[in-house]
Amino acid sequence: MSRLNAHEKKTVTFKLNGLPVRADAESRMLLSDFIRHEIGLTGTHVGCEHGVCGACTIQVDGAPARACLMLAVQAEGADIRTVEALSPGEGRLSTLQAAFKRHHGLQCGFCTPGILMSLDALISARPDAGRDEVRDHLSGHLCRCTGYVTIVEAALSALDEIRREVKSNV
Amino acid sequence: MKPAAFDYLQAATLDEALDALHEAGGDARVIAGGQSLVPMLNMRLARPAVLVDIMRIEALQKIERSGGDILIGAGVRQAKLEAWPDLVDRLPLVAMALPWLGHVQTRARGTVCGSLAHADPSAELPLSLIALRGSVHLRTKRKKRTVSAEDFFLGMMATDLAEGEMIEAVSFPARADGTGYGFNEIGRRHGDFAITAVAAVMTEHSASIAIAGVDDRPRRFDVPLPGNSGLDDALNEIAWDLNARDDIHASARYRRELVRRLGRRTIEEAAACLA
Repeated sequence: MSRLNAHEKKTVTFKLNGLPVRADAESRMLLSDFIRHEIGLTGTHVGCEHGVCGACTIQVDGAPARACLMLAVQAEGADIRTVEALSPGEGRLSTLQAAFKRHHGLQCGFCTPGILMSLDALISARPDAGRDEVRDHLSGHLCRCTGYVTIVEAALSALDEIRREVKSNV
Repeated sequence: MKPAAFDYLQAATLDEALDALHEAGGDARVIAGGQSLVPMLNMRLARPAVLVDIMRIEALQKIERSGGDILIGAGVRQAKLEAWPDLVDRLPLVAMALPWLGHVQTRARGTVCGSLAHADPSAELPLSLIALRGSVHLRTKRKKRTVSAEDFFLGMMATDLAEGEMIEAVSFPARADGTGYGFNEIGRRHGDFAITAVAAVMTEHSASIAIAGVDDRPRRFDVPLPGNSGLDDALNEIAWDLNARDDIHASARYRRELVRRLGRRTIEEAAACLA
């Protein structure tokens, strides 16, 4: 059994966007704060901090999850991806990100990183997904600017494009 | 919002977890998927001195048949049960209820038994367990016991779990031949807490419904068969029996109306799946 006393720090190690990271955390440190303050990646946004708004959504071992509902110490050994992993290179957008830009899928952008991580997981797991699955994944996110319509259109457009790419590679 | 400080113990075996809970007594809480507990920690509605993490205990990760039951270990995440290939065949009611439970993003982490331990009066898994007359397997360092769902849920976020005790597994009775199931829910948005949720179980000779979101815990009632003229009266009596309350989401009167209408619809759907 491993024991970490209150106010004591432990080195937490996991894979973040393909690279190993390590930093110290108290037991009570949330994974969202660990990623932002200890690692320094601020793309993961913190909204409600009780699992309702979805702004802090990241991928843990391939599945979308709320970073504010995990302790950093629970992430030991996990494979984690944040919004910073999406861009294929400096100054370039992924298919999904480009579709958001094209369809005006964001205004203030605060909720966008979390939504992108949920939809990216959906696209990887189920490239055949349609409107219902997209809306189901979006139900775990709050956006107060767009009214969601343009986000759904962006996701469907990205799914379409990705299916065409896969087809043309066959 | 940040949790108050706590000692964090990651147990490698069930014995280690039980020892830790025994030692810490009432100051300890089990953490599994954390999707109900961590919000309570963040808002400091819960301030345990010790958290015992059970998610690295291999023995708690199983979904298995045990007689006529499906036994689900305390470490099984909701997404894992959702992806279990036998789910629709063995636990059709749970298969109907799971998509209503939180969101994809919370089901990926939250556990089946964690939702039972949290005992939210509007939650879908406690409702399913009550409807199917399942049971919960509890354990302390010194003894094991099995409690029926009816005796486990005591009230609003209150269960029969004692100091130093944890849920080891839950037993959901598997689908029996000649049984039909129905599930319906009304909430503000999909994935929100249910204003009212109804589960129905039907055979050729019997019908029952269970209701969440109205009383302080999910409750089950035997009702007349849908062809029987007494069903509407029975549903009306249940609606009045449930201590419906007004809150920001719905009035007590609206909830009673949901019990009557959603109750009938759900029983009819269970009957149709029987035919």
